[in-house]
Amino acid sequence: MPYPELMVRPMREDLTRLGVKELKTVEDVDAALGDQQGTALVFVNSVCGCAAGAARPGLMMALEQGAAKPDALYTVFAGQDLDATSRARSYFGEYQPSSPSVALMKDGEVVAFMHRHQIEGRGPDQIAQGLLAMFEAHCR
Amino acid sequence: MSDGILKHHDRDELHGITVVVSGKSGRTYVGRWHERQARGVVMRDVAVLESGDPADWLAKLARFGVPPEHRMLVVPEDEFGGVRRFG
Repeated sequence: MPYPELMVRPMREDLTRLGVKELKTVEDVDAALGDQQGTALVFVNSVCGCAAGAARPGLMMALEQGAAKPDALYTVFAGQDLDATSRARSYFGEYQPSSPSVALMKDGEVVAFMHRHQIEGRGPDQIAQGLLAMFEAHCR
Repeated sequence: MSDGILKHHDRDELHGITVVVSGKSGRTYVGRWHERQARGVVMRDVAVLESGDPADWLAKLARFGVPPEHRMLVVPEDEFGGVRRFG
């Protein structure tokens, strides 16, 4: 069951203030990923304080520090925007659902994925390093 | 940045962490640790390998993620053989 919007709004704004576009409907997702060209990052947001609470600032650090960055930045909110999240995951192929997680797509295919188990217990700086490695490998 | 307000200070340190639980039966369980109770370990979104060397299976899960075969599963106390973090 989704949490009250008032409670999750700051978690959404952590990303939107970075220029990450929220995809809140199936139509939003299809418009963004249906004929995706170039590179696109999809951040699957979550209310989980232990993991997402570090992942969001980790993304901020990566975007601030990275010379190479994805062409487009998107987010869906797991547990909140249910249909949009399910639709986004349909573009992730055989990668299993978890939240928070980060998919890096290139021309419609997932080329790198950071799962929840790669986020848990790590600080924002460690998560940023992982994201920067993904950007360096695929976003030049 | 918001502070990630949903933290569970009443849970043990592995709460919410993805772990590998070794079963005395030879099964291997991967999923998020919820809590340990008298009846056993409660896990969420769990994949289970029934038998055999788990190395290749774990490597696949590390790359593609953990398929949530069981939304919730209890590893009985007498089956519990050990736990380590996954990832």
